[in-house]
Amino acid sequence: MNSTITSYLSQRRQGSDGFGALLRAEWTKFRTVPAWCMAVILATAGALGFCLFLSSNGANCSGTSPGGRPICNGQAPPSGPGGERVADSYYFVHQPQQGNGSITVQVTSLTNATHGFLPDNVAVSDTTQPWAKAGLIVTTSTKQGAAYGAVMVTANHGVRMQYDYTHDIAGPAVTVSSTSAEWLRLARSGDTLTGYASADGTHWTKIATAVLSGLPQRVQTGMFVASPDSAEPHQAGMVTAASGVFEHASLHGGQGDGEWRGTQVGAGHPRGQTGFFEPGQQPRPGQFSQSGGTFNVTGSGDIGPYLPPDDALGNSLLGMIIALIVVITVVALYITAEYRRGLIRTTFSASPRRGRVLAAKAIVGAVGAFAIGLVAAAIALPLTERLLRSHSYAPPWWLTGAGLTSGTGLRIVLGTGALFAIAAVLTIAIGAIARRSAAAVTAAFVVVVLPIILMFTLPESAAQWVQKYTPAAALGIQSSIPHYQQVACYATKGCFPLSPWAGLGVFALYAAASSGIAFALLRQRDA
Amino acid sequence: MHTVPEPHAEEHLASETELAGKCSQWQDMAEALHAEWTKLRTAGINWWLLAGAVLVTVAISAVADSVITCRPEVMSCTQDTAQLSLSGIWGGQILVAVVAVLAISDEYDTGMIQTTLAAMPRRGTVFAAKALLLIAIVFVAAALGVGGSFVAGRFILPLSGFTAAHGFAALSLGNAPTLRAGVGSVLYLALIALLGLGIATALRNTASAVASVLGLLYLFPLLAKVTGSLTWQRRYEAVGPMPAGLAIQATKGLNVLPIQPWTGLGVLAAWAAGAMLAGWLVLLTRDA
Repeated sequence: MNSTITSYLSQRRQGSDGFGALLRAEWTKFRTVPAWCMAVILATAGALGFCLFLSSNGANCSGTSPGGRPICNGQAPPSGPGGERVADSYYFVHQPQQGNGSITVQVTSLTNATHGFLPDNVAVSDTTQPWAKAGLIVTTSTKQGAAYGAVMVTANHGVRMQYDYTHDIAGPAVTVSSTSAEWLRLARSGDTLTGYASADGTHWTKIATAVLSGLPQRVQTGMFVASPDSAEPHQAGMVTAASGVFEHASLHGGQGDGEWRGTQVGAGHPRGQTGFFEPGQQPRPGQFSQSGGTFNVTGSGDIGPYLPPDDALGNSLLGMIIALIVVITVVALYITAEYRRGLIRTTFSASPRRGRVLAAKAIVGAVGAFAIGLVAAAIALPLTERLLRSHSYAPPWWLTGAGLTSGTGLRIVLGTGALFAIAAVLTIAIGAIARRSAAAVTAAFVVVVLPIILMFTLPESAAQWVQKYTPAAALGIQSSIPHYQQVACYATKGCFPLSPWAGLGVFALYAAASSGIAFALLRQRDA
Repeated sequence: MHTVPEPHAEEHLASETELAGKCSQWQDMAEALHAEWTKLRTAGINWWLLAGAVLVTVAISAVADSVITCRPEVMSCTQDTAQLSLSGIWGGQILVAVVAVLAISDEYDTGMIQTTLAAMPRRGTVFAAKALLLIAIVFVAAALGVGGSFVAGRFILPLSGFTAAHGFAALSLGNAPTLRAGVGSVLYLALIALLGLGIATALRNTASAVASVLGLLYLFPLLAKVTGSLTWQRRYEAVGPMPAGLAIQATKGLNVLPIQPWTGLGVLAAWAAGAMLAGWLVLLTRDA
């Protein structure tokens, strides 16, 4: 039997399995599964819908105050000299002063005074707030939102000069106690206020000058005490009070009337925490007592920029979590399906360098996920912002002008894409380690999604830990509320201890570490 | 006449068609239970997952017992110690849900479902057998997890300052609300298992079923936290399968709960029933 056997020669081009070809192969594997593409499209649409739902759900800024400002949670924050919303509530011991002059005082003590300030049976914080303040202030009036300049000692942040709510300059880093008092001086000359500090009352250090244009001839000058809501992890948001002891108070120049009077500026407290007050229970107003040249002043509240009770825009963008869940599910299937069907053996026969296969899969997954996150965020951001505005929310409930092209808007949109891309890389690694879809999806959910939920549901101390050390740190990239060094902010308000990009870096470290483990296992184990 | 006929009575009743049908139905059920039990018993992975569920539940509970402390000199203590000692359910339910999903989706993934349904053409019976066995094994695991959490709480809570001197009695099942919290938590996990089984039968795919069950469970607590309105927060906590079901653990401040304990568990039962119904309909009407 003679038969000719013609040897088969593949027409394929010989040579290396270039990484480009590998990428193309992996991309083909992804795009040819209709269910995945459908899931991804539905997920993007679902996430958009969910973002819009969140931005209108429960939005209760629908009222308007007589001044035309939106009322959120029943309280319209006052507006400062620049029109910005401010917190302005403190106890003020003052007298009017005409023209140029100065006021000097020695602060000998600053302590927690919450007991006695709050009604009985209200849980109180016994720690002096780091940003409790006692010092001197010159203000145009005792109305909330008035222009002012102040120099003060704080409990943990040394001497500060602050003016017009948003400006804050650090002075000597001292704390006052029975053994170390601090002298403060605030001098006025025309529109200019200058703050000084001194340890002994003779050698003065200039801290800063503030120009308050249009400062009237007649101002209110005196001593103030304020203590902001607790920022302690286990008592976040609780009302607090502080007492300051002032000695040797003296006015120079200008014409005071010689009589010190006490005024509670703002309500007893700007925003009583519902969780801590029974109906009818309200903090008592501040108070002061004078004996000779010594004043003991108790006050509560804060003078500074207003921070909204939560991050309205950032919370709306949490709708992206729907797309994130679908993306990690599809990406987990993208790698585990190969193991279930045995396709992985074909894949590894075709490209024996397994690390490159893993890299190609990670790149395809990351690019796809980045595109989904980017597109979804780019559509969701302007829409949610508009919807929030239609519910009367406006900055400062989020950063002014967080439109698409602003720095914040770009950060949110690009960052959301990056967050999705990192989640995809992490999930590919988890899938390569777990090799089974149930295990991979569960693990990816627990690592990527669960920390985000824990961040919102755990008590403050645990929530801050979650925000620092788990992938939830990455969510800071969607944060839209302003940060001020002079206002303590905590997790339940939507503040992140890490900067947005550093938070994304923490997430990237998780992805890198998992990829390393996956790479090592892939080389060791049989497919 | 709606009792189960004894095997030896079978021939006497064989002439009565209706009862014969019933009898063979019960036989089917017994066979289905036996078959499903064999699959479950030998599949291996389920036992590791269940052991993991017990372990995770007790471990998270113990950690919560020790990190949450009562220091009246700093702040008055209002914690609900029964609820605190059962915190682990929050994590343990993930593994219970995965066990429940795998109980059916694994068969779809491997194609085993075709063999199963060829051997047992009465699909409703197969489904019921799976559900019954799942409930039985989850009950055992949940009882171990809840029991372990209570034991941990009894030892750890006094060390965290929850002492009689601070007004906290030691955890005891003799206390009716605590007993209700414990028994209710076991029922909670069983209902979570049914929810998972129902969704997995409806979706017929492991990955999407796991993602859907976990998403459904954890989305409502998130919604409740990020909505700007207290009214909506309470609504989410009253309708979400997880927050409503976990109301069964509350033993303090019942008058301010968004939903009462047993009503809350009823809400979860409604979710589970809905999922089981969807699964049953899909199983009955679609090709395997």
